[in-house]
Amino acid sequence: MPDGGAFHPRVSDEQRLMKLALGGAATFLLLGLILPLGWLFARAFQDASGGFVGFANFAEYVATPSLAVSAWNSLWTAALTTLLVVPAAFTYAYALTRSRMPGKPVFRAVMLLPVLAPSLLPALALVYLFGNQGMLRGLLMGESLYGPIGIIMAQVFYCFPHAALILCVALSGADGRLYEAAAALKAGRGRIFLTVTLPGARGGLISAAVVVFTLVVTDFGIPKVIGGQFPVLATEVYKQVVGQQNFNMGAVVGLVLLLPAVGAFLLDQWARRRQGGFLSGRAVPLEPKPRPARDLPLLGFCTLVAALLLLVVGLAAWGSFIRFWPWNLSLTLDNYDFNRFDSAGWGSLWTSVRMAAMAALIGTALIFVVAWMFERGRVAGPLPRVVGFATAIPLAVPGLVLGLAYILFFNDPWNPLGFLYGTLAILVLNSLVHFYTVCHLAAVTAIRQLDPEFEAVSASLKVPLWVTFTRVTLPICLPAILEIFVYLFVNAMATVSAVIFLYGPDTKPASVAVVHMEEAGQISAAAAMAVAILMVNVALKALHLAMAGRVERWTQAWRLR
Amino acid sequence: MRRLLLTSLAFLALGTAAEAQNRTRLTVYTALENEQLAPFKAAAERAVPGIEIAWVRDSTGIITARLIAERANPRADVIWGLSVFSLLALEGQDMLEPYTPAGAAALRPNFRSGREPMTWTGMDAFVSAICFNRVVAAQRGLPRPTSWADLLQPAFRNQVAMPNPASSGTGFLTMAGWISSQGEAPAWNFMTRLHDNIQVYTHSGSAPCNNAARGEYAVGLSFDMRSVALRNQGAPIDVIVPTDGVGFDLEATAIVRGTRNLDAARRLVDWTVSREANELYGRFYALVAHPEAVTTVQNYPADFAERLVNQDFAALAGRRDELLREWARRFDGKSAPR
Repeated sequence: MPDGGAFHPRVSDEQRLMKLALGGAATFLLLGLILPLGWLFARAFQDASGGFVGFANFAEYVATPSLAVSAWNSLWTAALTTLLVVPAAFTYAYALTRSRMPGKPVFRAVMLLPVLAPSLLPALALVYLFGNQGMLRGLLMGESLYGPIGIIMAQVFYCFPHAALILCVALSGADGRLYEAAAALKAGRGRIFLTVTLPGARGGLISAAVVVFTLVVTDFGIPKVIGGQFPVLATEVYKQVVGQQNFNMGAVVGLVLLLPAVGAFLLDQWARRRQGGFLSGRAVPLEPKPRPARDLPLLGFCTLVAALLLLVVGLAAWGSFIRFWPWNLSLTLDNYDFNRFDSAGWGSLWTSVRMAAMAALIGTALIFVVAWMFERGRVAGPLPRVVGFATAIPLAVPGLVLGLAYILFFNDPWNPLGFLYGTLAILVLNSLVHFYTVCHLAAVTAIRQLDPEFEAVSASLKVPLWVTFTRVTLPICLPAILEIFVYLFVNAMATVSAVIFLYGPDTKPASVAVVHMEEAGQISAAAAMAVAILMVNVALKALHLAMAGRVERWTQAWRLR
Repeated sequence: MRRLLLTSLAFLALGTAAEAQNRTRLTVYTALENEQLAPFKAAAERAVPGIEIAWVRDSTGIITARLIAERANPRADVIWGLSVFSLLALEGQDMLEPYTPAGAAALRPNFRSGREPMTWTGMDAFVSAICFNRVVAAQRGLPRPTSWADLLQPAFRNQVAMPNPASSGTGFLTMAGWISSQGEAPAWNFMTRLHDNIQVYTHSGSAPCNNAARGEYAVGLSFDMRSVALRNQGAPIDVIVPTDGVGFDLEATAIVRGTRNLDAARRLVDWTVSREANELYGRFYALVAHPEAVTTVQNYPADFAERLVNQDFAALAGRRDELLREWARRFDGKSAPR
């Protein structure tokens, strides 16, 4: 629990209610996450017929020669990706929040492109650029794209917006008074950066690094498509579960995959404990002043990054209009006539939109309220800690593992929730849980920027907590809430790995259709469906940006002096 | 007037509901190609009154994993169009309903389950084959291979892609075919020499042919039917059925044990072994289970059936783990792609 100062009210009805609600959240996470994973991970200690074998599977796995190699490969590609992404994302976020460079809304929108598209798009674009028939293959100097080079390039592209989003939030919450004080003390710019800016963003930097590292370790889509035979832990899961239907070994590797993520989580917790909420009720927003020596290089950097992102997406979009790469580059609209390739046709896109909208609506409300109770509920005992730990798990669980766990748990004959299986509802639940962690982090970050004094003052004025929540917390956090909604929606539109096990005859999502068309050799059609998903996401994001300006003016005016 | 309209609307709704209720909805899990789903469904629903087919289609590995994961509470009624190796794995877990479809005795003996009553029946054979990119081969001066042995030539160094047998059923089948046709020790020797020419072992069974079509490799080892869609789009690839013995897999049909619609499932499966159904399979595959069915698919060599090796599916399925371990020991430890 963050320290709320010296204010400790007696246990009231309100707090009992809060405890009850947090208990509800814990139950939800138990049913949607912990129990399914438990059902699967129990298999790690069983043989194929269900008998208990202790650690025999682990011993067998440790003895396979590929483990050490794939674990090492996972670690170093993830570490290198983190080292590449975080500084670049920090610079980009710094430019967006702390400079007066022109065109910020455009840069902010372009930054998100990678999360708006299924991961097939960057993979395709990289093949067009650096594959053996690629336009720029000379740049690789004879090295093959299919291996660590391809994996890292695609992961950098894919992880960049995740890191940039977290860092934007971290950097935007600065207290202008600190900078005024530093300037008054005649500190140089470098010194201010090192002693005010960096410490203020430390939590965000660590979170960003943790998120990127974990995403790379657990993602199997990119290594599968572009990694060639370069073995990583996530493809080991795929080999065991899909290649050999060996769920016991799949569970073992899934558990091993949790380790780096748990380590990263503990690091994050440790860092957060050392940093309290720093935007006090008296804080004033930092208003950067124009300074060309800073703004112009940042503008150049952001232009370069944005151009690269646009190039990758644009190339893949072009790929959706050509007949067949690289032999017949004439343009056609046929690839968008999805009925020719998939019996569901355009219908799967509609399924995806419904699923994503429901996941975003339910998920945003749930995640934000849980995060608020977690942060400000003042619930005593181990409950908040348990909830906090549970919210960190989804990031570390590969979608494939979560999907398999959902089958085993929700399809168990005695499970009273079994009616969900095969419906759209289970896809919604799965997507919501799968992307829980980052949303929770964003909500917590937004809430932490509010001084706990708000609640303390309300309490001493005998205003019920929920009134403070609806009158103060919600409006102030509205921008973050909208971000969470969009994040959930776009990710649910693009996700494949978990839902591929869970869709029913009438609920096949568009992202799964993309995979099917790619497998069937209809590569341009797969690109077209991926672009259709991208367009839905871009439309939502554009709507969000159009609204965000108004929301900002409406809810954030209090921060101005 | 309005009331009349409402009443007739209500009757209309009742009527369609009743009709829908008369038809039994069968959930059918399949790994058939997408373009086969609509004709198969239409033909089956026409021939078997009172059923409606709801497909769940995915790649072989995903569908098999789903079926096994759902074992405690099966959701599929029928499996129609899945690798016989998968069905044998399911049979090993006692997940198939024993039932000899009416007329199944007429099928080729190696295209049906040896049990009595049967647990599965075959539909058609698909073989491992070489996807050969003519344009890339011309650029790099590669000869056109006609046999597996041709792929061992030094000219093919780093030109061949094949699916990793541990990740993909296609990869396992390719390996199993070599073992069946060459014998075990010579097959490992062959794979060791082929390993020098392999550019990449892919995780996906379709990637070698798809990527060969895009010119990423000159040669991709895959299944014969993968190439049809690619050639239709204008990819410069040839599919070569090697002359020195090819392994094959069957697409097969079974009833899932525990189905709530056993009667309808039996009626559907009865039809799937009929000559009429086999001629439907013959629009896509050169060799089907029913010996009298006429196949109409194009572009297959006349002696296609003779090139298929004699393959003991049950024995190979039983040794799968052992063979994969040996494969991984020999070829999987090398991390860096070359």
